[in-house]
Amino acid sequence: MEKLSVEQLKAKAKLVRRHIVEMTGAAASGHPGGSLSATDMLVALYFNLMDHNPQDPQWPDRDRLILSKGHASPALYAALAESGYFDPKTLTDFRKLGSPLQGHPDRRKLPGVEASTGSLGQGLSMGIGMALARRLDEKKYYTYVITSDGEMNEGQTWEAAAMAAHHKVDHLIAFLDYNKYQLDDSTKNICDMEPVVGKWKAFRWHTFEIDGHDVKQILHAVEKAKKVKNEPVMIIAHTIKGKGVSFMEGNNAFHGVAPTREEVEKALKELS
Amino acid sequence: MQKILGKATRDAYGETLVEIGKMNPNVVVLDADLSKATKSVLFSEKFPERFFNVGIQEANLVGVAAGLASCGKIPFISSFASFLVSKGFDQFRMGVAFSELNVKVVGSHGGITVGEDGASQMAIEDVALMTSLPGFSVVVPSDEVSTRALVLETAKHLGPVYVRTGRPKAPVVYKTGTDFKIGKGIRLREGKDLTIIANGLEVFEALEAAERLAEEGISASVIDMHTVKPLDTDLILEEAKRTGHVLVAEEHQIWGGLGSAVATFLAKKHPCKMGFVAIQDTFAESGRADELLEKYGLTHPYIIKTAKKILGR
Repeated sequence: MEKLSVEQLKAKAKLVRRHIVEMTGAAASGHPGGSLSATDMLVALYFNLMDHNPQDPQWPDRDRLILSKGHASPALYAALAESGYFDPKTLTDFRKLGSPLQGHPDRRKLPGVEASTGSLGQGLSMGIGMALARRLDEKKYYTYVITSDGEMNEGQTWEAAAMAAHHKVDHLIAFLDYNKYQLDDSTKNICDMEPVVGKWKAFRWHTFEIDGHDVKQILHAVEKAKKVKNEPVMIIAHTIKGKGVSFMEGNNAFHGVAPTREEVEKALKELS
Repeated sequence: MQKILGKATRDAYGETLVEIGKMNPNVVVLDADLSKATKSVLFSEKFPERFFNVGIQEANLVGVAAGLASCGKIPFISSFASFLVSKGFDQFRMGVAFSELNVKVVGSHGGITVGEDGASQMAIEDVALMTSLPGFSVVVPSDEVSTRALVLETAKHLGPVYVRTGRPKAPVVYKTGTDFKIGKGIRLREGKDLTIIANGLEVFEALEAAERLAEEGISASVIDMHTVKPLDTDLILEEAKRTGHVLVAEEHQIWGGLGSAVATFLAKKHPCKMGFVAIQDTFAESGRADELLEKYGLTHPYIIKTAKKILGR
């Protein structure tokens, strides 16, 4: 796919955010907050960083992306549709009976979805498997995983962290969408995982710390991450839950609650 | 029935894995620090580049296998059945079954014949859990020959399969060269009064029981239902219609095992008198395997007693 420039990526991110608002609004359910926080990373990946082909989703040499925080599915679906995997007009079928746009990603139903997720903490392990397959097959692709601060509560995350470092798994680049909130409250009040950067370093991951909404920083970190050998990479991306919609930003009420019709209108105005 | 001890089914698994590794370069093997016990160590010695020991972590083990399978690899993952199935269950649910990925799961040390290590090491609920997952086939071989054949079938089968192997040496049931198919039960003995359906170590006990019942004038069929899912319902129906009495014997918790599967099917298609020889909703304990089979009611005298009860004799 043609790589978009930084300015084009910013415009695409705005479009994806509009889709997220419209999709969750139309479904009257879903998770807008965590979708909006992950948007800039997904857009940078699908429209610049990743080597993929929407006309041939099973191309063996493609880069893979696993949305481990599966509840951010609206952001993934919008990125896939805008990439050309399917018609963006169908995005508002999200969560409706019979639609391939399931509440959480389902690899069986939607081309472009690499992994079925929704039960938190499993994406890194799946990514390790894909990266090991790459090593065995001597291919060049990268496996990207978007995980979340809440997922760090899961024990499996740390099983995967230890194992990937021990087995020197590279070509595995993970993003931690660190938006500082989980369902019930702030991560600080539920299960504070700080020091986050220190933990990943201690687990022998190559770490970067960036602003997860700064497209330039995202591109720069991944370019550096691609050069890392014999180590998995964790890009800790500081983000804002609900980013891009003023009344959703840092407002955890929109973790798993869709905007009303009026809120959709208001949000779309802000994103125009 | 002469009792000749063959290899343990876990040994047969380990040896077969090496053969499969030679035949198919896409086969990879993963273990969670129990390869010397599950016998996947044999594969690791032959094909170190295709073997991954993840350490003592079952959830990640399953997830990594799912990722490998999504890229066209055929992962065989091994650990003790007790830990692998319980600790990896959500990963089997979402990462493998729901994802429709071609992952082969081999849980060793199934049942209570783990023996001295005690109840925490014994899987008595693995069949119940794994049969509950849509798309999973569940296989419980009885001896060395059947394990070899069914593990080879597992490698060829497209889709997730759970195979249970055992710790102790298993009495020989089959001659080399017997044909096995996943989902096809085997009639080892044909009778007219009663059908005993068994799998795992209970197949030998069932044959022993049938021989003794014959001495008392009771003619019993013995079916090796090595595949619990998909269940060979044609064979069960044919037997139930002919004998009208069905006894199921398994080294598994009575809730949710082979007995439950057979009973659910027969309740719909051909209700008949049934009996169950299984672990009666309890955990076992440390002891010798033979002592445990006796204490928890899984030896042939219990099959004979249950058979007579349902026959009203």
